[in-house]
Amino acid sequence: MPMTIESSRPASTPDGTPVEELVVNIGPSHPSTHGVGRVIVHLDGDIVVRAEPVIGYLHRGIEKMAESRTYLQVVPLTDRLDYVGSMYANWSYCRAVERLAGIRVPERAEYLRVIVCELQRIASHMMGIGASAADTGASTFFIYAFDHRERIVELFEELCGARLTYNYVRPGGVSYDAPEGWFDRVTAFTQAFRYGFDELDQLYFGNAIARGRLKGVGVLTPEDAVAWGASGPTARASGVNWDLRKHDPYSVYPRMDFDVVVGERGDAYDRGRCRLFECLESCRIIDQAVAQISGGPVRTEGLRRLIAPKPGEAYDHIESARGSLGIYLVSDGTPKPYRMHVRSPAFCNLALLPMLAEGHTLSDLIVVLGSLDPVFGEVDR
Amino acid sequence: MALVDKVGSAMDTGPGGVVLTSVDALVNWSRGQSLWAFPMGTACCAMELIAASFSKFDFDRLGTFPRPDPRHTDVMILAGTITEKMKPVVKRLYEQMPDPKWVVAMGNCTISGGIFYYDTYSVVRGADEFLPVDVYIAGCPPRPESLQDGIVQLRELVREESISPGRRHERRMLLPRPGDGEHR
Amino acid sequence: MTHDEMTALLERIAAHNPVLFPLFSLEFGDAVVGVERGELLATCRDLFDAGFDRLGMVTAVDRGEVFVLVYRLHSRSLSAAIFVKTQVPRHDPWVDTVVDVWPAALWQEREVFDLFGVEFQGHPDLRRILLPEDFVGHPLRKDYDDPRMIRRPDYI
Repeated sequence: MPMTIESSRPASTPDGTPVEELVVNIGPSHPSTHGVGRVIVHLDGDIVVRAEPVIGYLHRGIEKMAESRTYLQVVPLTDRLDYVGSMYANWSYCRAVERLAGIRVPERAEYLRVIVCELQRIASHMMGIGASAADTGASTFFIYAFDHRERIVELFEELCGARLTYNYVRPGGVSYDAPEGWFDRVTAFTQAFRYGFDELDQLYFGNAIARGRLKGVGVLTPEDAVAWGASGPTARASGVNWDLRKHDPYSVYPRMDFDVVVGERGDAYDRGRCRLFECLESCRIIDQAVAQISGGPVRTEGLRRLIAPKPGEAYDHIESARGSLGIYLVSDGTPKPYRMHVRSPAFCNLALLPMLAEGHTLSDLIVVLGSLDPVFGEVDR
Repeated sequence: MALVDKVGSAMDTGPGGVVLTSVDALVNWSRGQSLWAFPMGTACCAMELIAASFSKFDFDRLGTFPRPDPRHTDVMILAGTITEKMKPVVKRLYEQMPDPKWVVAMGNCTISGGIFYYDTYSVVRGADEFLPVDVYIAGCPPRPESLQDGIVQLRELVREESISPGRRHERRMLLPRPGDGEHR
Repeated sequence: MTHDEMTALLERIAAHNPVLFPLFSLEFGDAVVGVERGELLATCRDLFDAGFDRLGMVTAVDRGEVFVLVYRLHSRSLSAAIFVKTQVPRHDPWVDTVVDVWPAALWQEREVFDLFGVEFQGHPDLRRILLPEDFVGHPLRKDYDDPRMIRRPDYI
């Protein structure tokens, strides 16, 4: 049921002119809701009066499942949270476990984590911008962007054997060391990405149609971005300079030289373009990490299979492609987590949709939804 | 009774059987070569479903073309976890597809619930609880090549179809009876 | 923010708030402050005025007799983060909403209501968010039981 008209009820403007409010249901199976999102839209003509997102169509109860699995067995579950960028939830979860159990991570593993997560950021943004571009009719850009994503997926497959659900970052390190010549292929990728970058930028963001569709749509003010807990490119496009890699540095990010991409206007155009330019910064980080990485183990020696931290709790967050992804873990001393909570950036960003879409046309609502880049595995958990 | 069924029944009697076999072969050949897919992507597997239709794997060369409207499609590709909240939606979308229709269950979640089999309160353990699934593709998620192989195998099933109601493949007998799967 | 600055800030807040847990502890690096549930909203307003302009997370932990509600706040100007905790009895789980302070709580409190059954008084739109409207029970409670759930055999 892509778009069905459910009901219409008459209303009137204050001066008595009758107005028909139309209720349109979009989703949960609709190509431009980026998954199983559903929005109930109240329309006045073509103008959105009220948009109400309905979520939970992919609520799988991962937080409940984590309570009956050991700390290591939860790692594959975190893969399935944000399936466009699986590495992030892996890493965030592992950082929380490491903090809880006092596990140290070898330096080479930290570098590998940074490299895979920055590659993942490019892959995720290519999917995010590409899918929202396809919503506005720019399918060519999607295919170009997906080509870059496919190359990254191949690199990951070489590294850990999986194309999508990697289970790569583990408590105490990573699962495998990089194969022979892998870093050369990573560098080759970043070079190729830089070479094709202007083309990508011009193909979509230089296009007059895309500019007309995106500029001035869904403007998010910096005050609202902070108050509503927005994070990641969604907040940064509004001029909120908040990047955990810079402002709450973790892992080896303090050793990296990179800029935080900050937008000005906070509209859909800036949100998309911030994502694209973040990919360029990711390339810078990857190149530096490849240059700095040294030999050594990739996993902590002597780590037991059953991790049983002492009772307590830990929270750790990283900057994922969608924003600050945090994992809150409570331990009761047994080998299974007592409680796991995922602070999901996509969930918090999607809460902005009713505010941003109000007053725009129905077709702009699709643009706003795409520019928030929700992944429903993470929204619903 | 649909027109095609009437024609099929008429042909199925007496010497018409030879004609029927030839017509069936032609119809099934054309159906099998252009199985338009309804991408019912809910979760992770949807990413591989998208990858399968893009340049590297290129679904189009098998004649399979994703259409977001169920009314235009022949095969529903179920990709991803189905939750209790999503189940009625999937069922309704399936009912909107015109006959003859097939279902491909892509990924472990649609086969059995996969990684979400135990300890969860909201996941349907397999799409065959409420839909007649024709092809199962294992993997978490399966590679795009596996999906393409699944479509190639589906053509074998399409070849057994007939326009005659009497000779139609008895796949529909596998449909779950009302109440099946409801006890969970 | 240094440890001393954080101590001074929390002591200032504690001066006009009764505290439930020990004044505060730096558990795994983050400051934790515990308050009575009646004082939660006032404490949150104080912390907001002190510069904690972002609400990162709202969640709950089932501790048997009580549910512990956990709020994580952080501040860009102070570059600090703090946990605020309160507890509500299991038989009467309610707490004041903080939507007025941070609108970010709008969906997150709905989620806690959905999965734990904690009622947020004054919340403008307290409905289930993740589970279907007709779902019975609150699944993240430890005593939640559902015939649809299959227990995983313990292999470890």
